[in-house]
Amino acid sequence: MEFLLQQIASGLTSGAIYACVALGLVMIYVSTDHINFAQGEMAMFATYIAWALIQAGIPYWIAFGLTILIAFTGGLLIQRFILKPLEHAPVLALVVCFIALLSIFNAIAGMLWSYTVKQFPSPFPIGDPTGHGLISYHQIGVVAVTAIMLGVLTIFFRFTTLGLAMRAAAQNPASARLMGVRVSWMLALGWGLAAAIGSVAGMMVAPIVFLDPNMMTGILIYGFAGALVGGIGNPGGAVVGGFVVGVLENLVGTYLIGNELKLTFALIIVVGVLILKPAGLFGRVNVKRV
Amino acid sequence: MTNILEVKGLSAYYGPIRALFDIDFTIATGGVTALLGANGAGKTTTLRALCNMIRRTGTSVMAGQDISRKATEDIVRMGVAHVPEGRGTFAGLTVEENLRLAFHTRRDHAAARRDLELVFDYFPRLKERLKQQAGTLSGGEQQMLAISRALMLAPRLMLLDEPSFGLAPLVVQEIFRILRRINEHEKVSMLIVEQNAALALELADHVYLLETGRVVTSGPSSMVQNDETLRKAYLGY
Ligand SMILES: Nc1ncnc2c1ncn2[C@@H]1O[C@H](COP(=O)(O)OP(=O)(O)OP(=O)(O)O)[C@@H](O)[C@H]1O
Ligand SMILES: [Mg+2]
Repeated sequence: MEFLLQQIASGLTSGAIYACVALGLVMIYVSTDHINFAQGEMAMFATYIAWALIQAGIPYWIAFGLTILIAFTGGLLIQRFILKPLEHAPVLALVVCFIALLSIFNAIAGMLWSYTVKQFPSPFPIGDPTGHGLISYHQIGVVAVTAIMLGVLTIFFRFTTLGLAMRAAAQNPASARLMGVRVSWMLALGWGLAAAIGSVAGMMVAPIVFLDPNMMTGILIYGFAGALVGGIGNPGGAVVGGFVVGVLENLVGTYLIGNELKLTFALIIVVGVLILKPAGLFGRVNVKRV
Repeated sequence: MTNILEVKGLSAYYGPIRALFDIDFTIATGGVTALLGANGAGKTTTLRALCNMIRRTGTSVMAGQDISRKATEDIVRMGVAHVPEGRGTFAGLTVEENLRLAFHTRRDHAAARRDLELVFDYFPRLKERLKQQAGTLSGGEQQMLAISRALMLAPRLMLLDEPSFGLAPLVVQEIFRILRRINEHEKVSMLIVEQNAALALELADHVYLLETGRVVTSGPSSMVQNDETLRKAYLGY
């Protein structure tokens, strides 16, 4: 029983990370219909920046905040300078562009910081509050940080007019323009937010998996699975999907197929959802009336 | 009388296909101009071209300012509100959110709050449905919402694309009555595209007849109303 709870706790921790990655993917998907394959590498790169800042002696939480800002700006600039010119390009060109971004980030990280694995600090104390290894402070911290971030995003999208404008631009760009919304800038903001969310995921997962240029590859697939489970067009669903995948992955890995095959499990979810329920568990079917 | 909009040599294209051929027209400040013509004549295209939603050439000057090359968003921010064909509802947002979107565009929030009250005066039915998902509104209510969204922008010029489309006659009459009130009380000039020519001619003071992307004739509404040959030839009644 204790072991089961431990697995669930650790599943929730990975789930929080997958939820962030899933949310980053959905953020870009809802406004452009594209899957940003570079989401994981962008997060990894941001985590290296955090590492460099911390190495330079900057206190953890300040480095954390700076990294989010830098990631946000980076995402914004990527949209402005790389994707905006490709606005009318065919989908395949964009896929190639995403894959190029992915390998460029990976290569630059390897070049700047080498491919050797690095330790990344956790801002939370070592040990566990229960006293018998049920859950660590870092695990609780990861879930808490994710929850706070999700709360802030929810408030932003539901209660600010800028958030509203972003949702309107994603839903109906032509109509949004006719309401005076600068749709292209809303896309850029979406990229900035996706990158910022990704950077949080990276900084939270790095103390667990260690920092290296390939650390996000598997996580991106889990995040993608989470986004699909929740319904790729639904931010709330993506978050729930991320947690579901995190917990399932741990339980299935521990009790059914062994840890070596866990990633296969994620791929099975991806393919399974796409075939059986493309709209996901919470896929929102927009009520439309013509 | 001055003109709120002066358009010269407007042409528009869908890819390589030309849909408008050098059309000229003006809209009097405070007036209502109707743009009539058969299906496919280029009425919707004209409104889209004015807002730079498609590739176009020629000049359009609004209240003395050249808007020919401005981005759609900027034309809107300068006071042109376009109620598009199909109503442009944000189906997944609530009625309130559809309206509140104007607060993102406008700086004068106090005035925008007053405009919200104004919208509720004109369309009390929307006030009862604030929390409803806009996609679940009836066709008539969605048309009211589309006009309300435009009103929320405090426009000087409203472009209306077939506000009667698909609506029951009673609802159409209600909407046209409200449009007349908006024109008179809020001093909003209007360019209205309609299939229901008789109704549009009643509201409008001036009319342009369009055929395959060209203006064939124009004049005061009464001229067309009293000219049976013209009516039969172009408007089918
Ligand atoms: N998106 C488009 N792509 C290509 N051609 C188009 C497009 N939209 C309209 N057209 C063409 O442009 C011409 C004018 O169309 P437009 O929609 O302006 O007509 P309309 O006068 O509004 O007609 P209706 O009364 O049926 O709405 C038509 O020949 C139409 O086929
Ligand atoms: Mg039309």
